[in-house]
Amino acid sequence: MPLQPVKFYQTGTFTVGNRLLAPEERSVQANMQRTNSLNSGHRACQGCGEALGARYAIDAAMNASNRQLIAANATGCLEVFSTPYPETSWQIPWIHSLFGNTAAVATGIAAAIKIKKQKGQGGDVRVVAQGGDGGTTDIGFGCLSGMFERNDDVLYICYDNGGYMNTGVQRSSATPAAARTATTMPLGPEPGNPFGQGKFVPAIAMAHEIPYVATATVADLRDLEHKITKAMGMRGARYIHILVPCPLGWGTASQDTIHLARLAKETGIFPVFGAEYGELKTALAIRRQLPVEDYLRPQKRFAHLFGKSPAVATIARIQALADKNIRKYGLLDREGSR
Amino acid sequence: MLKQCEGSHAVAEAVALCRPEVICAYPISPQTHIVEGLGEMCKSGELHDCEFINVESEFAAMSVAIGSSATGARTYTATASQGLLFMVEAVYNASGLGLPIVMTVANRAIGAPINIWNDHSDSLSQRDCGWIQLFAETNQEALDLHIQAFKLAEELSLPVMVCMDGFILTHAYERVDMPTQAQVDAFLPPYEPRQVLDPAEPVSIGAMVGPEAFMEVRYLAHAKQMQALERIPQLAEEFKAVFGRDIGGLTHTYRGEGAETMVVAMGSVLGTIKDVVDEMRDAGHKIGVLGITSFRPFPLDAVGAALKNCKRFVVLEKSLAVGIGGIVATNVRMAVTGMGLKGYTVVAGLGGRAITKKSLYGLFEKAGRSELAPLTFLDLDWEVVNRQLERERQTRRSGPAAESMLRDLGTVASKIA
Repeated sequence: MPLQPVKFYQTGTFTVGNRLLAPEERSVQANMQRTNSLNSGHRACQGCGEALGARYAIDAAMNASNRQLIAANATGCLEVFSTPYPETSWQIPWIHSLFGNTAAVATGIAAAIKIKKQKGQGGDVRVVAQGGDGGTTDIGFGCLSGMFERNDDVLYICYDNGGYMNTGVQRSSATPAAARTATTMPLGPEPGNPFGQGKFVPAIAMAHEIPYVATATVADLRDLEHKITKAMGMRGARYIHILVPCPLGWGTASQDTIHLARLAKETGIFPVFGAEYGELKTALAIRRQLPVEDYLRPQKRFAHLFGKSPAVATIARIQALADKNIRKYGLLDREGSR
Repeated sequence: MLKQCEGSHAVAEAVALCRPEVICAYPISPQTHIVEGLGEMCKSGELHDCEFINVESEFAAMSVAIGSSATGARTYTATASQGLLFMVEAVYNASGLGLPIVMTVANRAIGAPINIWNDHSDSLSQRDCGWIQLFAETNQEALDLHIQAFKLAEELSLPVMVCMDGFILTHAYERVDMPTQAQVDAFLPPYEPRQVLDPAEPVSIGAMVGPEAFMEVRYLAHAKQMQALERIPQLAEEFKAVFGRDIGGLTHTYRGEGAETMVVAMGSVLGTIKDVVDEMRDAGHKIGVLGITSFRPFPLDAVGAALKNCKRFVVLEKSLAVGIGGIVATNVRMAVTGMGLKGYTVVAGLGGRAITKKSLYGLFEKAGRSELAPLTFLDLDWEVVNRQLERERQTRRSGPAAESMLRDLGTVASKIA
């Protein structure tokens, strides 16, 4: 009898389907007992990457913490769509204070937990803080850096959709170069968001030499779950930065959210890696390198690059940024990959 | 136990006796000695089961306090001046969420121009932030008010500011009667939160509230302060029963019997005012004093009752509502609406300008003769002001005003009239 090759259940992404895995290897989301921490019925847009990312992240954190978890949330889409009074989608203790103070609120929660535990009045409860890129890289950056440098026992999760989508798609310091936002219109000699600006907070988090920094996307959800679980197994300040496409802000079809997240990774636009104590440890390798054009073209926020006369030079500059990421994080280096 | 110590140290010890569980510290004069003292006690183990966190800003200090208070920990912080302003968004948030944080405000002026000395501009700028504001006259009162503040805050689920004059109280060495741990434990029960972040009973705190309920939620904040109006005098009684000291309450009247002129003030300046009033009483003047301890909630009835038999009142305040005059005075006027009293506003002591007995004597005499202007700036150097106004009339690019006025004054260590 000729050798029958093993046929994995394929999703077209090299992902192994859950049904072929041993139960203990299956994803948190595949478990009927998952907490649905962010329950259905919330008011996120169709195809919202942030809602998807938050559901996987918080369920994984719940799973890893024995369901002893408190979340602090920054003002933003996630807060607004999950808790219009008197409804809430959160099945876990959850607090929203302000836009710019979420990391500090989480520090306070962690401090209270520590003392309660010390006094024998509470168990081993863990803390996550979460916010969008505006609440993390801009207005909440001071508190975030403070939480990092004190090495407070908090996992901070940033859902990065590259702008202030909740207020109507304005530029943040995480908005990519050339992207159109309501405050970086595709006008003038350099249309869209200027090159040479912005910041990549995972690298800044690494500079704090905190125990764990990782990036993830909603295309590689097993990788996301793994990183959350790994982070929850550690103590001190931890930071996970998740790329979450936004159909509204990016001008993309709602069914393309995961596809675009994958393209961001496969082009090198968004490096997916893990770092411990300031040192790069793992990088999710690009499997089939694609030109940045594939990522840019489906998005209306980059439509001005693909008019009658395509902005070849601008696209080349974006390609150069992706190439730099590939070199810097070893994204084509198989040996460095996990 | 009687002891001689710095005001800040007395407050630090009192706060420690209240068994706080989380303390956030960010340095700003003149509050710093308080958190330094507490930090030392945490390090030495004298204050145990308490997390002391050095934060990166006052905004973070109040935010950490929000997180820990919402998780059921008794939480304390202290600030002043620019620090209070820097944390304002979180200050409103703490009261909006109903979190019983206690904070010392070591009252200090607000810039520009930058000034580290005492006045009440900082906490009075936060009069509508939803916090209870108690003003201490002495270090003993500052110490005792903190113990009352935790009880009041936790009973009502409202944050409380204890305001004490920066430097004048915080840095003054005075004799204080330090309570024992047993006394404080007898007065202040452990914190039982109304709401708490607890995995056993998950709640969402801080959801978005639209027009359908926002008014009601805000009204509740007012209703809570009205409850405080009733609780504050009761707490003073309960406090007296345990500690034997008559401290706190809404207002205190001094030599008000038969007074035709009443002087209204808050904080440490009351001591100077009382000395002047004693002298004036000896000289036959019918003058008394009303000290306000609770600025928020503002005790309209108590103030009205204290002033109803006088002919005129002088509100002497260390704050300025630019464009109208007084802040405390505006509140006092509301309390005496329809009583037909003559009211005077005196803005004094801004940025640490000394308020001397001599100036007060002259001021109150003038008020007694009904010769005082409705709004007076005590010991204002008109020559300096007029020179600057003239300079601005003469020259378009007259330069920075404060620096020009300082140059006119020449080198002076401190200005005492």
